[in-house]
Amino acid sequence: MKPRPKPAGQYADFMARAYTLELEATERYAQFAEQLETHNNGEVAKLFRKLADIEALHAKRILDEMQWPGMPVLPPAYAWEGLEAPETAPFDSVHYLMQPWHALEIALRCEQDAQKYYQGIAASRAPQPVRDAAREMASEEAEHVRLIREWMKKVPRPKAGWDEDPDPPRTNE
Amino acid sequence: MNVPLTAVQTAPLQARDFKSDYKPVWCPGCGDYSVLSAVTKALAMLNLRPENVAVVSGIGCSSRIPAYTTCYGFHGVHGRALPAATGLKAARPDLTVLVASGDGDGYSIGGNHFLHACRRNVDLTYIVMDNHVYGMTKGQPSPTTEPDWCSKLAPGGTGVREFHPLVIALASGANFIARAFSGDPNGCANLIAEAVRHPGFSFIEVLSPCVTFRPEQRGWKDAAHPAPVAPTDDPGRAARRLMTDDGFNIGVLYKGKRAAFSPGSAASARPQDLEKAFAL
Repeated sequence: MKPRPKPAGQYADFMARAYTLELEATERYAQFAEQLETHNNGEVAKLFRKLADIEALHAKRILDEMQWPGMPVLPPAYAWEGLEAPETAPFDSVHYLMQPWHALEIALRCEQDAQKYYQGIAASRAPQPVRDAAREMASEEAEHVRLIREWMKKVPRPKAGWDEDPDPPRTNE
Repeated sequence: MNVPLTAVQTAPLQARDFKSDYKPVWCPGCGDYSVLSAVTKALAMLNLRPENVAVVSGIGCSSRIPAYTTCYGFHGVHGRALPAATGLKAARPDLTVLVASGDGDGYSIGGNHFLHACRRNVDLTYIVMDNHVYGMTKGQPSPTTEPDWCSKLAPGGTGVREFHPLVIALASGANFIARAFSGDPNGCANLIAEAVRHPGFSFIEVLSPCVTFRPEQRGWKDAAHPAPVAPTDDPGRAARRLMTDDGFNIGVLYKGKRAAFSPGSAASARPQDLEKAFAL
């Protein structure tokens, strides 16, 4: 990794955004893990927990690199292009009967969106240090996309009707 | 060294400090998870401490929220969260009081309390998680359900016009009216924080999809959009806006200037004496 410029002005703002992006992804995966633990889908809960840990490592790496001691309070909510940060899975993506493949499918989409987000900044008129950092992050996200695709090859693809429950916990009666 | 207690500095809390160890039992994908997240983020943004906040609720999926926070909580009777919260705020004006409800709890059995809470304008923040259905009791139509929503329990739909909570809140005197969307938890957190800061009765309707009984509500994320106009303090203008609203305008829609109601005098009796009066 090339040495990056000292945190200042727009570069620091960009890195704070990148940190928030990772943090929000971490929080969402942790939420999903908790939801699926509660609903006795331990296998997928474990996978989401793993994804949360990976995103938390990415967030920590940004803190270390910027030599920030940590964010004392949650960073302000940025105005993202969408409703949430590009790497945050939509809150309604989960299902209690989902399988590991579905969780990876969600992660794949999130990594692709993050890659697109950084590519957009790299191609923008942002200051050079910001564009350089964005380019580097886009290539990191591209690597994550590749890794998740590899991971998905090792996980069975769900059969049709995976969400059919003969005795659903909640139904109109 | 003698340090006065008031000089003790406490570190600002983070959203997670407002989350209790109880795991929510909502269906995976339920919008209420995001509302919980938004509430905890808002409390952190406001630099509040859990011991200075009370979350009061009624009955229903949304009303589980108090248990999932580290604040004081009161999980009350169906539809009766607002009177309990009003009493609490009158007795303890120092507390920040949030009231959580759903469209069934808040607009049906609690509908009358809603009108009078707006009218009284006590400094409360009322968060209604609206999913247009009774989720906890397995999918009956609620006051905000569309008349043609067809289900096993209401074949062909109810044919009954839906309730318009924002218009009713305005007509009844609410001092702050906003709509949020659970798919935008950061935006929702900002709106909750703004509602808490605004004096008087603040009402936030949060569109919070029920993925189990109303899976089509996943489409709300495409329908929700920022309100194209700035908030107004003119009730007439707000009324026109709300009456022609598409139901998906997100943001602050009305910010009134009424002074919050507070009891005019200090308590005239001690709780112990009151208890005696109720002794059997």
